[in-house]
Amino acid sequence: MSPAPLPPPTRNPVVILGTLGIAAALSVLASVMLGSVHLSPREVVAAFLGDGSDLARMLVLELRLPRSLAAFATGGLLAVAGALMQVLLRNPLADPYVLGISGGAAVGALLAMISGLGLAWISGSAFTGALLSTLIVFGLAHGTGSWTPTRLLLTGVVVAAGWGAVITFLLAVRPSPELPGMLYWLMGDLAHARGNALPWLTLFVIVGLALPLGRSLNVLARGPLQAAVLGVAVRRLEWTVYLLAALVTAVAVTTAGTIGFVGLIIPHMLRLVIGNDQRLLLPASALAGGILLTLADTLARTIIAPEQLPVGVITAMLGVPVFLYLLYRSRT
Amino acid sequence: MTAALLELENLVIEIPGRDAGMALDFPVLPGQCWGLLGPNGAGKTTLLHTLAGLRRPHAGRVLLDGQDLHGVPRRRIAQRLGLVFQDHYDGFPSTVLETALIGRHPFLRAWNMETAEDHGLALRALAQMDLEDLADRRVQTLSGGERQRLALATLLTQDPPLWLLDEPTNHLDLHHQVAVLDLVRREVASGRRGALLALHDLNLAATYCTHLVLMYPDGGMCWGCTEEIFHVRALERLFQQKLAVMDTSDGVWVRPVPAA
Repeated sequence: MSPAPLPPPTRNPVVILGTLGIAAALSVLASVMLGSVHLSPREVVAAFLGDGSDLARMLVLELRLPRSLAAFATGGLLAVAGALMQVLLRNPLADPYVLGISGGAAVGALLAMISGLGLAWISGSAFTGALLSTLIVFGLAHGTGSWTPTRLLLTGVVVAAGWGAVITFLLAVRPSPELPGMLYWLMGDLAHARGNALPWLTLFVIVGLALPLGRSLNVLARGPLQAAVLGVAVRRLEWTVYLLAALVTAVAVTTAGTIGFVGLIIPHMLRLVIGNDQRLLLPASALAGGILLTLADTLARTIIAPEQLPVGVITAMLGVPVFLYLLYRSRT
Repeated sequence: MTAALLELENLVIEIPGRDAGMALDFPVLPGQCWGLLGPNGAGKTTLLHTLAGLRRPHAGRVLLDGQDLHGVPRRRIAQRLGLVFQDHYDGFPSTVLETALIGRHPFLRAWNMETAEDHGLALRALAQMDLEDLADRRVQTLSGGERQRLALATLLTQDPPLWLLDEPTNHLDLHHQVAVLDLVRREVASGRRGALLALHDLNLAATYCTHLVLMYPDGGMCWGCTEEIFHVRALERLFQQKLAVMDTSDGVWVRPVPAA
């Protein structure tokens, strides 16, 4: 029996992106209001305008807003990275965390930090790690020509486990004082995110590229041969997207450690609603990924306040069921 | 003399496990419809992919405007020739209209969105394939025959002068088989277009193709006008299959003879 036809998706980009934009603003507002001390919207606005109590101003402008903005940008980057990898591999299970790309970036960043190098070096090193990991996973999964989702995922899982072991090793041999803080590379934590323009800059660049690259990606999603016949320089486009996905992952990991499953959940849910036109899907993923991680981080800060959970725990709790569901469905 | 749509110059296709084959050497001109006949594994698909520039030849060249196809940018190739594959991959959700619309890709610049004119071309192509009522349907819900017709609609939207069709009648019911081949014949007869088709049905090939290429499993090739090539002895040797001939007023028809 064939599945019931789904209703034609809603495709008005202005409505979709507008709705997501409003939701994004609300999610940031909520994350600024909620915490160990709750603030009212009025207090938040007052703090923005320079009024209100010193405590409120400090909470909003120095603690919560920078962290919330970092969460938003990181979530957006992860969702976009997932969407790009899914097109490259033509597989909705692809995600920078599941495939071990985040792990490679974390090892790169950690090595640079242990060597006492500056921020630029940390990002560069994370990018190298992400790129290396990308090459390993895609190289092995493509290797013999034909490959299956099983092969791809196994490669990714094993590579991720390998990077996890390297991180544990590095943290174990490193002198102890900074150890607790560095565990966030393993689970993803925004407590260490600082006000930093790089994630936002990267997010704007990648969303800006979504338009010129988008139609080619749409064609590529139908397979490399079909894309080549329709005039896509497949090899060049694939390399561009590999590099972009690795770069985006590296910036996200440098900001917040290895947070999983955002790149899996968001593109999947959006595709059900708005279809698979990358020119809409990529910007929508950036917004929805930002919303998800902002809310997840707010939850992580408040659920057992004043203690904090790493946000990666929350995304994993959401992402694992989605992943298993997708895997179950892909059997047919 | 009209310019060739594509020229095969001493072309030997690359088949794994086959050292070499006979070289193909002929131009494909507007107004010609070439049928590729041969048993499974003889290289029909490989030849079509080589002509589309998706594979490197074993030897020889494919020329587009006198230039080696390998050096021509993909976008320009896509404006000149289109290929309908045997299998269609639909991993992600998309609609029938969107799928036809990707045929416009070679003609749009990176920053262009599809215009109303592009939508019009795609809708007209869908109508030609009796798919206009399904424009908003998800591709995944189509039957095999509907999906095959959609692939042809994408080619019609692309509208290249040279059509390469890998078993275009696959999955199609009798009416649509004839409809598709009628369409190919009509377009080719207009004199603006040429086509190469891999076909399995000998009688359809004889009816619709102006030229034939017989592709033997050992790499042997034989090509020319249909009247010169369509000989029962050659076809029996090609398929290792005894054939009975019926000479009708409407030309020669062949029919496989069942084993006793």
